Amino acid sequence: MELISAKNLYKEYKLGEVSQRALDDLNFKIEPASFLSFVGPSGSGKTTLLNLIGCLDVPSGGSLTVAGADVLKLDRKERAAFRGRHMGFIFQDFNLIPVLTVYENIEYPLILVQNVPSEERRRRVLSLLESVGMMAHKGKYPDQISGGQKQRVAIARALVTAPELVLADEPTANLDSKTAYMIIDLMKAMKEKSGTAFIFSTHDQKIVGAADIIYSLEDGKIVGRKEMKKHGSI
Amino acid sequence: MAAFNLLKIALRNLLRYRRRTLFTSSLIIIGVVFVLVFVAVTGSIKGLLIGQITDSMLGHIQIHKKGYVASIDNLPLTVMMGPKAVETVENVIKTIPGIEAYSPRIKFGGLFSNYRETTNIRLNGVIPEKELDTVPLLPGRIIAGKWDLAKGNVLIPELLAKGMDVNAGDSIVIIATNKDGSVNGKQFTVSGILESVTGPGGRDGYIHIDDAAEILRMEEVEISEIALRLRDIEMMPGVHDALTEALSEERNKAGKPMFEVHTWEKLSPFYNIARMIDIMTFFIKIMLIAMVLISIMNVMIMAVYERMREIGTISAIGTMPGRILSMFVLEGLSIGVLGALAGNILGCAIIYILNLSHITFNFGRQTGLVLAPRVQGEDLLIITVIVLAVSAVASLQPAFKASRMEPIEALRHV
Ligand SMILES: Nc1ncnc2c1ncn2[C@@H]1O[C@H](COP(=O)(O)OP(=O)(O)O)[C@@H](O)[C@H]1O
Ligand SMILES: [Mg+2]
Repeated sequence: MELISAKNLYKEYKLGEVSQRALDDLNFKIEPASFLSFVGPSGSGKTTLLNLIGCLDVPSGGSLTVAGADVLKLDRKERAAFRGRHMGFIFQDFNLIPVLTVYENIEYPLILVQNVPSEERRRRVLSLLESVGMMAHKGKYPDQISGGQKQRVAIARALVTAPELVLADEPTANLDSKTAYMIIDLMKAMKEKSGTAFIFSTHDQKIVGAADIIYSLEDGKIVGRKEMKKHGSI
Repeated sequence: MAAFNLLKIALRNLLRYRRRTLFTSSLIIIGVVFVLVFVAVTGSIKGLLIGQITDSMLGHIQIHKKGYVASIDNLPLTVMMGPKAVETVENVIKTIPGIEAYSPRIKFGGLFSNYRETTNIRLNGVIPEKELDTVPLLPGRIIAGKWDLAKGNVLIPELLAKGMDVNAGDSIVIIATNKDGSVNGKQFTVSGILESVTGPGGRDGYIHIDDAAEILRMEEVEISEIALRLRDIEMMPGVHDALTEALSEERNKAGKPMFEVHTWEKLSPFYNIARMIDIMTFFIKIMLIAMVLISIMNVMIMAVYERMREIGTISAIGTMPGRILSMFVLEGLSIGVLGALAGNILGCAIIYILNLSHITFNFGRQTGLVLAPRVQGEDLLIITVIVLAVSAVASLQPAFKASRMEPIEALRHV
């Protein structure tokens, strides 16, 4: 079964009296363990779409199923619980918690979102620290590490709960291009390792080439789908 | 584990904004210290003044024949307790625990003559030992002569001694009219002069009860009032109620209650001053509440505003609203704990220093009363509870706002 399925999905923003369609009549399916990107110019609806998939916002209409759940039927609290169980998030601005160390930032979801016993927590956090290459910095605070390093930590934090899906809205927009490639490569490697689907958005045409599947967005509509040769879907 | 981590995050955030935390907790510390010192100092003054009034004049509780207090200013000789009534009261007193001593008094007004001039005097005829047990500070008011109430001796108030130019050792005459209208006089030696105290009884003289009965030509001794001393003034309301209850069963022939029981509070206008001190304390506590409320609410509103993106992040990754609420309430509460703790310690230290420095003050003509402020465990507890409860309440509104934030809106915040 597919991980995500959207049918006639749309989203309207009300601006006073008029409402504007930020997403219009989207239809797509995303398989588990995909490495997929939405590309498009600024204002094309990438953030809006990722927010819907991530259950951070609710569709105006159509249907959207994520990890078996009908997103339109979840209330605020249920959406929070659902995100905590099934998803990880990577943000453009890294958004680590400034008062927690690298180690504690990665551990956070295991304590305050899920309730994982301490031995298991330790095992998972150390293993991810190793995988994202941040073991040497585990005791540092976010303001003591670089942007690329912060994003590595964010990737580890997103994966620590072993979610089915990680969403990343322009995860490289605040990084130089060299670091950006490294982060995308790391995401891809982590996807291979964990089997977690990664969906990221970008307006950077160079970055997008790393994705297995690329959806092009324009004015809230999907205008193209490209599948890279190596991987399709599983 | 989750609770511990919430607390860890809260405390680290307080450390992160160290100056602001310090400033807010300083406000609370100042408030707590102020209330604590105020309560201890006024409590000490109040206790001393109440002690002066109860232990040198009134006693804690007084029992009269019904109707006496209504005309107490006239010292009526017609509303007295005869021997049987006194026996009844004595028997009741024995059944009620907490009464340490009691003293029957004959109170009357008379004329005082130094052979040259005559003036009015109010007198208490007392049994010296019983009076001493009931109002132990009475001898302390003697400023000339000594405490000696043998028959034929009189202790006179200072004002009278000055006005009539009488000294200890002088002979004087006291003349009084009894309830039947017959006039009688008796010569006395002034054995001591009493310092005056504000309030009723503060300008009374004292003689032996037998002398009083003699002047008033009493066939059987009739008593105006019985003053009681309790083991502890805190027991006053309970003993008052028990006495009232037990004595209410005693009825006269008309079926009306025979006795009335009053605490010193009902007998002295000083009680109103004591009440005013209590009311001031109450308002100062309200001020403390307002101070804590405003400072913590202010700092927490700022904290929520500044950490909007952080709230958006933790909310997005699935932290439940209740957890976010607790995180911020814990933060505000921690400031309260810090303030209450430091404030209590500092307040106790200041009170300790006040005790060491032996500050004295005067009350009316009583001089050199030593201020001995005491910290009551109860006050520490009340102040701490107030600060903690108000801190929690003050952080609740900002914390609730944080927990209700939509993650995408919070994340968009710059
Ligand atoms: N909260 C909002 N209120 C109103 N309009 C919005 C809001 N968020 C996005 N939009 C509009 O929806 C469209 C898509 O925006 P967005 O999803 O942010 O695009 P992208 O992420 O691709 O730049 C834009 O026209 C934008 O102005
Ligand atoms: Mg965007």
